[in-house]
This record gives sequence, C-alpha cells and structure tokens, in this order.
Amino acid sequence: MSQIFHPSTNTLARLSIFGAVFAAAALAFAAGIFARSSVATGVGVAVRQEVPFSHKHHVEGLGLDCRYCHTGVEESSFAGIPPTATCMNCHSQIWVDSPMLEPVRESFRTGDSLEWVRVHDLADFVYFNHSVHVAKGVGCSTCHGQVDEMPLMWKENSLYMEWCLDCHRQPEKFVRPRDEVFNMDWETPPNQLELGRHLVEQYDIENLLSCSTCHR
Amino acid sequence: MGIRFAAGAALVLALSGCYAQEMANQDRYEPLEASGLFEDGMASRQPIEGTVARGQLFEDDHLYRGTVAGQPATEFPFEITAEIMARGQERYQIFCTPCHDQLGTGAGIVVQRGFRRPSSLHVDRLRAAPPGYFFDVMTNGFGAMSSYASQVPAEDRWAIAAYIRALQLSQNANEADLAPEDLELLGAQR
Repeated sequence: MSQIFHPSTNTLARLSIFGAVFAAAALAFAAGIFARSSVATGVGVAVRQEVPFSHKHHVEGLGLDCRYCHTGVEESSFAGIPPTATCMNCHSQIWVDSPMLEPVRESFRTGDSLEWVRVHDLADFVYFNHSVHVAKGVGCSTCHGQVDEMPLMWKENSLYMEWCLDCHRQPEKFVRPRDEVFNMDWETPPNQLELGRHLVEQYDIENLLSCSTCHR
Repeated sequence: MGIRFAAGAALVLALSGCYAQEMANQDRYEPLEASGLFEDGMASRQPIEGTVARGQLFEDDHLYRGTVAGQPATEFPFEITAEIMARGQERYQIFCTPCHDQLGTGAGIVVQRGFRRPSSLHVDRLRAAPPGYFFDVMTNGFGAMSSYASQVPAEDRWAIAAYIRALQLSQNANEADLAPEDLELLGAQR
C-alpha cells in the first residue's frame, strides 16, 4: 500500500501546530477589537427615542444647566430623568402645536410615562454613584463627552471597566475644580497634572482600586 | 474546515455575548425602569397616600410653606450667610435665569423664544413683597410659571429668595449704602 501523505506534509503538520498559536492569538485579538467597537459598546451610536430630544438645542442653544433637569446628580447615585412636568415648565407655552412633542403633552395629560431608552446602562454588577463623582470634581463632559453638541444622545465612552480604571488609577489626569463640573466648555488646561495633583489633595480623592469599591 | 472554524468562532463570540448580557441585566429594577408587573408600567411605586417617609414630615410652616400664622413670612427661616447667598445665586442661575434672566428683568432666553414674559423683579410691588411671597411663588407657581418644588428643595428656594433680595438691592442701591472699598472698586471701573 502506498503512502497516503507525501513526506513533505510533515512540514505542513509542524507548521500548523506552530500556526495554531498564532491563529488563537489572532482570534483573541479580533475579539478584543470587536468588544471595543461601536457595535459592541454603542459608543457614538445615536439612540432612537420616542421624542427626539436634543441636548444640543437645550444646552448649547438655550444655555440650560444640566441640573435644571437632572436634579438628582449632586445628591443621589442616579442623576435622574426629568418628569414630563419639567418639560412642560417651558413647553406649556413653547412649541405647543409641534407634533414631535405630542408624546410629551400626552404623557402630561394622562400621567403615563414617556418611555426613554437608556443610553448609559451600566452592567448590574457595578455600583456607581453620580453624587460622589460630582463632589470630587469629575466633570459631566469627562464621562459623557460634549453632550451640548449632541443633537441626539449617544454614549461617548464604553463604560468598560478598563475605562473606569483609567481615571481611578490616575484621577489627577481628569479632575477639575468643583465649580467647573457643570461647565460644558471646560478644556483640559496645559497644567492639568499640576492642577489635578493639587485638587486630589484638596478634595481628598483616593485611588479607589479595590474590587469591592464598584463590585459590592 | 475554514467555514466550520469561522462558524465555531462566531458561536463562541455570540455565546460569550449572551452570557455577559445575562450578568449585566439581572432580575432587579433600576431607578425609573419599566415593569410589566404593574398596570401603570412603572417599577417605582408611589407611596400610599398619607405616607410620611423618615425626615419628610414637613411640619414647619415657615420653612416648608413660607408662612407664619397664615401670612407670607416676612423673615427668612434661617440666617442668611454669604455661603447661602452664593448657593442662592447658583440655584437662581440654574433654575430661574432661563426666564427671569441673570438680572431678574424677565427677558431670559425662554421668554425670547415666546414664553409669556414674567414681571421684572425690580417693580415696586415685588420690592415690597416679603421673602415668604417669593418662596410661595417658587413652591406653588404663579401665572404661567409652574411649581419648582420638585426641582428645588425648600432650603434652596429660601436661598434663591435671599438672592432675589440681593438682585433687587443691586438695582436700587444708593451710593451712601456702599462701603468705602466698594466705592473705590466702582470708581476704578468707571
């Protein structure tokens, strides 16, 4: 009986054992790329809502402060989605015939909730508290990006653990004075590290890296 | 072989995705989340009528309703310090400037876009009004203005009332009322 495989296939077999390592590495690399892509994270993908609310119009255009609507952000873990009544503070008289705002008026008339699709949805195994971040000088735009330039809301950052840790490891790179937290025009100053180190000391900011800080 | 391998890899990726989702969305509600359990579709339940949560027994008429013996309070329920004044300024700028503008003349951006123009805070009627009056307007609304009680806690409403007093003073101050250093500052700016 003649040989099925030619002796040269031995080389092929050796090569494939060696190549399998690279194939596995390539697969892992591809998975890493995919996990960080917008498809998986939703970063930069505008979310369709029942009412196409524009932060750009309300914040950049009208100059409303974040806290006019997100009233809980300084005191609570949850920044808060405003009740329809807050919309109606102005829209009782402005754009009253706009069909785009009919769901808002209907919600106000009937008491039924507007159903917003959550854009920043942290995994349930993560504890997060807005108020402490605000109190320690983490600006809105540090995590949420230039919301004042977003006609529809999207996520600016992945909210992945590696992203949280960027700041938890080196808060001095990101913190700003408390009275600038809600300033959407804040730009990282050239002396950020110097300012940051000073603020870290002044605000008693700890590098909280224990697992149970967030996974409690 | 190639196709089978690719399919296997896709399956692994998809499964790991599902698993991550299951951990990420556990069987509990987040604030304001929708729920199929209740008729109104809300996971957050309204407290039974008449329920008083700890720390929310608002029985101090002066602090929480701005009245003393049924009349609008003529005094603030706590001492107005520089700190409270700064808080009032900040809260005024967040919640009031959209209509009343920075100065209180009633030409804010929302008014410019068509909202009914509120009275200037510098008219005689409002200069003579007691602090409790402003507190009442913020709490219960007035004319086209809705209640701000749910957006601004009572202490902050008083701080805003104090800041309104300061704004009013700023538009009606006499030179004689100013301290020498303020006059000097003013002279330098002229």
